[in-house]
Amino acid sequence: MDTDQLIRSLAADNAHRAPRVGAMLTLALLVAAPLSILIFATFLGVRADVMSAMRNPFFDMKFAVTLSLAIPAIIVSLHLSRPEALLRGWGWLLLLPVGLLAVAIGSEAMMAPAMPMTMRLMGKNSRVCLVAIPAMSLPLLAGALFGLRHGAPSRPALAGAFAGLVSAGLAATLYASHCTDDSPLFVATWYTLATVVMTVIGAAVGARVLRY
Amino acid sequence: MRGREDEWTGLMRSAMAGDDAAYHRLLKAVTPVLRAAARRGLARAGQPPDQAEDIVQEILLAVHLKRHTWDSEAPFAPWLFAIGRNKLIDALRRRGKRVFVNIDDFAETLPGEAPQETASAGEVAAQLSTLPQRQRDVLQSIAVEAASIKDTAAKFSMSEGAVRVALHRGLAALTAKLRDH
Repeated sequence: MDTDQLIRSLAADNAHRAPRVGAMLTLALLVAAPLSILIFATFLGVRADVMSAMRNPFFDMKFAVTLSLAIPAIIVSLHLSRPEALLRGWGWLLLLPVGLLAVAIGSEAMMAPAMPMTMRLMGKNSRVCLVAIPAMSLPLLAGALFGLRHGAPSRPALAGAFAGLVSAGLAATLYASHCTDDSPLFVATWYTLATVVMTVIGAAVGARVLRY
Repeated sequence: MRGREDEWTGLMRSAMAGDDAAYHRLLKAVTPVLRAAARRGLARAGQPPDQAEDIVQEILLAVHLKRHTWDSEAPFAPWLFAIGRNKLIDALRRRGKRVFVNIDDFAETLPGEAPQETASAGEVAAQLSTLPQRQRDVLQSIAVEAASIKDTAAKFSMSEGAVRVALHRGLAALTAKLRDH
């Protein structure tokens, strides 16, 4: 087929309108979320003392941290789904959860400690955390990658890494309502480890499936 | 250069608003520029220039299927050249070449370069033969025989809607095959 003929067929298909990547990503995450919530409801559930926990600022801080990861990661992954997009000027958004954690760790350090630092850091749920967050992330990662496939990222592995961050941020938000370890030290250690795992998986899978 | 790129942006806006003729003109206008850039990129990688047309066709297909990622407030050329670079890198990688694409291959075009007449390429044609019969028939009719959607529908006793669906699916399938083969 010569190029003029190809162009003719493309022009004839101009009426076809595809939805925006943001719409596809939203839809895919909404389809995936019930699976993650099902895992949460089956194996974890909201912690029993949630009403009193809500008066603890360090409990609330966990949600601020996880959402300040998930929401910017969604924004950056949508940005990266455009072929000419660069990470430059957008990467700083990842400093939001890091900064929040630093502030939280600082304020906890200034209070009279209820437990020694190593106990706060190790917590009681580190193993559950390391399994639960990735497990609840997986459906969300699949959804995020499916949605982002609709885009055209020039760096598929990078876009996939951000899909991993989206999934980990959302899954960690669910997990935070289950976990009784509220110390920012625990969050900074174990949530971060789980997030790194998902980011690596996202980058590896994204490198394959997000090529256009 | 500036004026040419502004013209492209205008044509793409009209195309997105439903002007098929503007879209056709835009694709015709960018093709020689893409071809020249693809040839330069191949030459730089020590590859014969005869694969340039395959790359051009892959770029055009990607432009078509990903045009919803173009922001109509942004200029068209950087978006187009980003896709061009991506496809050139892919093509070189597939041929096992160390990829060393000069980012200016697409941005700079030499105005003196003679706009070649249309050229054939082997890969799209080869993949075309692997498509389901109906998609292949519709694509042949519209691309090669230059039939309208209406005439194609009449010829194959299909509805115009079914022709449109087959056309779009055929183009999407071609693109996927080119990417993965």
